[in-house]
This record gives sequence, structure tokens and C-alpha cells, in this order.
Amino acid sequence: MTAEPLVILAGLPTPDQVAAAWTRAIARTSYTSMSRRTLRAHLQVLAGTLLDAVAADKFDPTDPYDVGVALVAAHFTQVAALQQTVIVLGEQLGNCPGAGGGRLTEMLGALTAGYARALRDRTLAEQERISAALFTARVAAEQARWNSEARFAAVFADSVIGIGVGDINGTILEVNRALCEMLGYTTEEFRQHPIWEFIHPDDSPGVWDQVKALLSGVADNVRLEKAYYRKDRAEIWTHLVLSLVRDPQGQPRFVVAMVENITERHRLQTRLAHQALHDPLTGLPNRTLFFDRLDAALAAAGPDQTVGVCYLDLDDFKAVNDTLGHDTGDALLRAVAQRLGSELARDGHLVARMGGDEFVVLVEHRNGIEHLERVAQTALDIVRRPVVLGGHQIVVSASVGIVQHNDTIASAAAELMQAADTTMYWAKAAGRDRYALFDAARHHGDVSRFALSARMPEALARGEFVVDYQPLVRLHDQQMIGVEALVRWQLPTGERLEPDRFIPLAEDTGLIVPLGRAVLAEACRQAAQWRATDPRMRLLMSVNLAARQVREPGLVADVVQILDDTGWPPELLQLELTESEFMGTTEGSLAVLRDLADIGIRIAIDDFGTGYSNLAYLRRLPVHALKLAGPFITRGTDGHDETDDVDLEIVTTVVRLAHILGLTVTAEAIETSAQLTRLLRLGCDTGQGWHFARAVPPEKIPSLVHARPWSSNPPSTR
Amino acid sequence: MDRPSWVPSGVDVTRASVARVYDYYLGGSHNFASDRAFADEVLQVYPELTSICRDNRDYLRRAVLYLSARGIDQFLDLGSGIPTAGNVHEIAQAVNPLTRVVYVDHDPVAVTHSRELLNGNDRAMVMLDDLREPGRVLRDAVVLGGLDLTRPVAVLLVSVLHFVGDEHGPAELVAEYMAATAPGSYVVLSHARSDGQRDAAASEQVYGRSRSPNPMRFRSRAEIEALFGDLTVIDPGVVHLPQWRPELGEDADPAVGEDYPALAGAGRRD
Repeated sequence: MTAEPLVILAGLPTPDQVAAAWTRAIARTSYTSMSRRTLRAHLQVLAGTLLDAVAADKFDPTDPYDVGVALVAAHFTQVAALQQTVIVLGEQLGNCPGAGGGRLTEMLGALTAGYARALRDRTLAEQERISAALFTARVAAEQARWNSEARFAAVFADSVIGIGVGDINGTILEVNRALCEMLGYTTEEFRQHPIWEFIHPDDSPGVWDQVKALLSGVADNVRLEKAYYRKDRAEIWTHLVLSLVRDPQGQPRFVVAMVENITERHRLQTRLAHQALHDPLTGLPNRTLFFDRLDAALAAAGPDQTVGVCYLDLDDFKAVNDTLGHDTGDALLRAVAQRLGSELARDGHLVARMGGDEFVVLVEHRNGIEHLERVAQTALDIVRRPVVLGGHQIVVSASVGIVQHNDTIASAAAELMQAADTTMYWAKAAGRDRYALFDAARHHGDVSRFALSARMPEALARGEFVVDYQPLVRLHDQQMIGVEALVRWQLPTGERLEPDRFIPLAEDTGLIVPLGRAVLAEACRQAAQWRATDPRMRLLMSVNLAARQVREPGLVADVVQILDDTGWPPELLQLELTESEFMGTTEGSLAVLRDLADIGIRIAIDDFGTGYSNLAYLRRLPVHALKLAGPFITRGTDGHDETDDVDLEIVTTVVRLAHILGLTVTAEAIETSAQLTRLLRLGCDTGQGWHFARAVPPEKIPSLVHARPWSSNPPSTR
Repeated sequence: MDRPSWVPSGVDVTRASVARVYDYYLGGSHNFASDRAFADEVLQVYPELTSICRDNRDYLRRAVLYLSARGIDQFLDLGSGIPTAGNVHEIAQAVNPLTRVVYVDHDPVAVTHSRELLNGNDRAMVMLDDLREPGRVLRDAVVLGGLDLTRPVAVLLVSVLHFVGDEHGPAELVAEYMAATAPGSYVVLSHARSDGQRDAAASEQVYGRSRSPNPMRFRSRAEIEALFGDLTVIDPGVVHLPQWRPELGEDADPAVGEDYPALAGAGRRD
């Protein structure tokens, strides 16, 4: 800008020149919404007014005053704007021809007055406007708050959920109508009872701790299910939500409780829970509940705190069902259950129905087997009392197994119950209507037998059953004419089990059928192999047959198949059945035996003399041989002075009778040469026993055939 | 918002208000003792703030004029504050009397005052709302304010996003507003800068105190540039406030230091 020197020289600056300097001086003092260019144009107009005023013949303060007003109107509201204006105008107009004589001072005074007045007016106006705005905004906020409170009040008052507001000391301040109706108290009564008084015996242990945590500000809300007593002492269940309200500084101030009445739902849940844990027929606790209680009792049990169980099963309940019908059976169960439940539960014992006609009594907090025996005896007495149903007087009994938790090695509930069940069967086996006490050794035996029979199918598949052979010797020339096949169980542990350990189990489970077939096949195969190796070894192969095998359809076909497969001639196969098994044969079984005999197979009666055979009956049986039982031989043939003449007479008679019927007689268990001598004299045809040889593995048989080591022990001369 | 919308915010004159403090800096008297006390406290650590505020207001004027000249006739001014000299509708409607302006602020006093001022102007209106609720703001701007979002609109976020903390996702807010607009729309944005003058950063501390109207979050140049997202930042880019399209010749001294504490820019949705 080069205008300034020109101004001085000219004496009177142009409005444009004044505006340029003025703009520079005040543009940055205040905020205006004008650009510089606009501002300068604006100030140029004002400068023109001022120049006119300075130059006028007669000074009129009105125009400079208005310039001051205009500055404020342009938002030069900062006082620095006025200050800069006065300085700039003083410089710009100070040398003007009319500026002397106080004209400049008058003019600036008028401008300053106009500015001050306008600024004051503007400030007051803005203050008034903002205050009015504040007031209006407050009124609007109040209105909005009132509206929201009115809405909240409506929610509070008309809600179907009970709502209460309390302070953090637990004093109840406000409650709504729903809560009053739910609990039966008036608002005033609520205010007199702090929340701590709304305690209920069913409150879960943590409930009040949660409430305290909320009141102290640790938690912001709590949800729980809680029971209350109404004022009329009726019980209701609620779903309760407590929310903490804090003040603006975050300190806990109020607690809002929202209470929903869930009594109906709770009742339903309780009923379902009861149904889940109780037997629908008798109403007694069911096995689920029983096991829960037993588990808990076992967990708490110690040396001073024994847990006992009486396992009760009605004797012959099936007969009641079968003869009087299931309805009567159910009624009987209900009657017995009701008596057991009421009379034993009185002493604090838990009576549960395990299913069917089985009940169990859990005896806790008592010590000593005597107490358990008393409980069992009481239970037996209860069951024995006649029940009258539909005109019938029904008398039943029960068998009870008693177990204490420290009787068994392991204390798990399932094992304890298994032991109790087993023990109950001992009571049954001992004649029913009694109790039996658990016996660890006996139980162990039962358990190992069970374990053996459970393992047997796998053992058969893995070939753990092996066959040994015991020579069968013709007595008069001591020639070995056959062998008896005897099965053994070679356990993977190395232990070797004799047939008496596992054959009864196999008969129980039915495994005897495949096992017997396997032994027969092996025996025939072995016999055929011996003969193939040495044609002189034409041995009679005698194999035991279980009654169950005979009853099994397809036995004949199986035998024929085996003979076909091995090529072993039927006349060299002898099948042995024990005497007792023969006595139990049916017509069907006899037909099977006849079929076998027809094929050419010899049939022998094993263990003859241990039963009560009807000797006359022998005639009608398809039998070729008798095998005299070991004890019979021992008693009847031991050549002592005390020899029992009667026994000897019996043996003599049996041998004679057998011969009359065309049967050969084999003496089993010959152990001494004296026995051999006697039996020879009595006319026995063949024999076996330790005197000749024990049962041996198949590879030892060929050498025995030829060496006949027993011939060095000749029959006694006596 | 945690609070249900029907629970009103209170009016507390003992607390300073961002809008009234800004008015004070611009030489207005729409303020109370608490506002002035707080404003003076900031000025003690950062005396230049008054001048920065003027620069900001000048930038707003230039930006509105620039966009009006390009045919933009709808403005959504978010965080509009107390209308003092040089409001958007005055500037824009001087160019095109048909221009519509919707002001939004969360300060009930500022909004009430604005409502008084706008009384009789049927093309400008003010809404009490929170710019952090774009969905509601946009809906009301259309329904109540008559904005037509199928045509270009200018969204003004002038000197306001530094009052929006990161937890509210300012960049996402910008994106959400712009996503609702038609192509050819603009966002106009200015923001306090954390990598600028040290004294300016000190004012952030004052705003961070408990009695402050709003905590501030100064952002770095990179953070401010990131607020534009995938919008096209028009020339001259994100620059110091006074350097955004200065009016040639006689405008404010453009020789600002590299550490000038506020940045501005405009982004266009293509």
C-alpha cells in the first residue's frame, strides 16, 4: 500500500484510502462474517460519511455516532476494534483541513458514543435472548421430564409386575399396587418393614449376600427366584430383579425391585421335579432319588458314620400277578410300599422302589450291623402281615440282603447296590422269607464266577479251552483201549482251570453247547490223527455230553458232521451222560440218544451210583456202558478189613446186572492196585484212574499205548 | 444410548457449554458466567484460540460459499452451536434463497436460541439431537427438515468431531452420514490437531477436566485425513484452516506456521 504519503500530501484522504488503512487495522480484532473485500467496501462507505462530517461547515454528531453503531452491527464487538478505529482515524484525518479546532475530537467522541451505546444494547439483547432461551429450554426440559415421569408413573402404577423402590438401608419407600396385591400388605405396611424382614426358609444361601452386594454397589443388578410369605402366611414364589440406582457421582442411592409372581410355574416345576424323583405307582422315592441320597450318604460316611442298605424283594411276586392279575399285583405293591414307607420312614430311613417288586431301605446315621438286622426284620414283619385285596387275603414274604458300606472294598454306590442285590439272592437261595448278611468272600466267589462266565465266549473264540486225555484200560490184559477226553481252560495268566470250575457256569449260560461241540470235534480230530500216524492206535474216544446239549436241536446233525469231517468211525465214539442227567431225560432227549445209538455211537452212563437209578429202567435206555462213580469204587472195593460188605454187594450186583443187560462196566477213579484186583474179580470190564494214568496232553498218549507203564504195577494178589 | 429416548436431558447452567464458550470466543454475549470462566481458563493456556475460532468461522463461510457456487442447496450442519454472526443459512441463502439448512445440536439452550432466531425462515430449522445417532438425525432431517437425500447435500462437521471420542467411531459416523447421501454430496470438516502447537494441546487438557462441557480428542493429521474414508478429498486437500481456498488478495494472512493447530478439508461422494 502506497496510499498513505499521498493522503498527507493531499490534505484530505479519499474514502478508499481511509478504508484501506481502517480495514487493515480492525479486520483481525473481531469476528465478522465478511470477507476482507466486503469489509473494505463496507468501511469505505463509513469513511465517506466521516470525511463528510469532518469537512462539513457545521458539525453534526449524528453521522459519526451512526458509524459507531454500524461497527457494532458489523459484529466488531471486541473493544480492540474501537481502539484501533480511533487510532487509525486520528492518523488518517488528523491533518484534514477541517480537523482542527476540536472537530476531529468531537467526531471521534460521537463515534465512540454510538459504538458504546450499540455494544451495550447488543450485549443486553444477546444476554436477554440467551436467558430467554435458557428459560424456554428449561421449561421444555421440565415438561419433558414431567411427561416422562407421568409415563413412568403410569408404568409404575398400572404394571402387572410388582415394583418397589427402597433405599440402600433396606427401607421400602414406594410400592405399586401389583406388589401390594401380590404380598397382601398396604403401602404403609411395606414402609414399616425393611426388606430384611422378607426372609423365607427356602431362600438359597447366597440370596442375601447378593442383595448386600447390590446395596453396597458391588453389583448393579441381581436376578433370583425367591419365595415370600404373604401377610396371610400363604407362600408365593417370585422371579425377582433388583436394580441399583446410583446418584450422579456414582454412589448407590436406591434399589428398584421388580417382582413377578411365578407361583404357578414354580408349583408345576416342583411337581415335575417330584415326578422325576418318585415312583408313580407307589409314590415312594425312585431309584434316581435313592442313588442321589446314597451318593450323598457315602460321601459323608466315615468310620463312625456307616451307611447301610437293606435290599428287599418280594418272594414269588410273579405268582400273584399270574394268578390274581396285574391290577391286584399293583395294589399289593402299593399296600406294601405304603406300609414300608410309613413305618420305616418314621425312623428316618429312606424307602425307595427300585422297580418291579424290589424295594430298598437306606439306613444312615446308625452304627452296627445289629441295627440293620433290626430294620430288615421289621421290613420282613411288615411284608408278612396279610393284605386284603378284592376279597382275597394275600400273604407274601420277602427276602432281604443287608450290606454296610464298609463291607465292600469299594464304596461306590453302584457296587454297594450290586452287593446288596447278590446278598438278597442268598436269602432267596437259603429259603426265602429271611434276610442274609453280606459276606465278602462269598461275594467275591460270585463275582469271580460271574467274571469267568462273562469271559468264556471270548476264551472259546481264542482257543483257550484245551483237551487232555485219560487212558481207558481193559482190566484183564491191561491194554489201553481208549481215552476219555477232558476239557481244561488254559487262562492267559497261565492258570489252568479244571472242568468243575467252569462247566457248571457254561451249563448255566448255555455256552456248554458250542463248547461241547468244540471239544467233540477236537477229540475226534485228535483220535483220527493218532490213527493216521499209527494204524494200531484204534482207540475208543469217550466224550462227555451235557444234558443241555442233548436238548439242543441239531446235536445229531452236529455229531454226524464232525464224524464226516474227521473220518472217525462212529463205533469208536462213546458219549457220556451222567446218571442224574439220564434220569432227567425227556422222551425227546431219549429219541436223540437213540438216534445217536442207531448211528453206531456208544452211549455211556457216567458217575453211575451217585443217583437213584431205577435199574429196571436201564433196559429201556439206549445205553452201552456204565461208568461206576469214584466214591462207589472207593467205598466198595477198598480191600480193608472194614470193607463195607453192603457196598461191595451193591457193586457186585450192579456189575452182574449190567452184564445181564449187555452193558460193559467201566470203573472210574482206580487209584490202587488193591482196587484194581477187587474190580477185576468183580468182573469190571474196563477202568481208568490214577493207578493207570492221569489225564495227559495228546502228545503223551501214543507212548502210553505202547509202554503201558501201569503193567509194572500188576494187580494185587489179594 | 443407554438411556431411553423419552428420558430428557437436563439443563444445567452451572456447567459450561461448548456452544456458548465458542460464542464467547467469537465476541458474542450469548453466554453465562460459567461459560466465560471456563473460556478464560482455556485462554490462559492458549491465548491464540480466539483467533483460531475466527479462522474456523471464516473457513465455514468460504466452504459454504464455495459449495453454494457449485449448486449445493442443502446443508446439514452438525454441532451448529449458538448462531452468531455469519450463520450457514445467512451465507447460503444470500447466494441462493431456496437453500435449505438443517442445524443439529445437542445443547437444548443453543437449540432453543437458534429456534428463536430462525423463526420465520421456512427454509432453515434446528433439531435437538446427538450427531452420534446418524440414523435418527438423518431420518428427522428428511421428515422434519425437508432435506432431499436423493439430491446432493453438504454435511458440515465444522470444529465438532474433536468432541467425539474414539469409542464413538468418528470415521464410521462420517461414513454413515455420507452413505445416506446422493453422489455429488460433500462433507465439510475441520478438526483440532494433536501434532500442532504445544499450547493448543494444553487446551485439550483443560477440556479433559471434570467440569468441562465436553472432553476433547485432538487428532493427528493422519487421523484427521482418515476421517474422510473413501471420499474424494477435493483441492487443496486437508490443509491448515486459513489455507483452505483463501479469498485472494486481501484475505487473512495465509502465512501460518507448519504447527498451525487445526486442519480442514472437504470430501466429495462420487
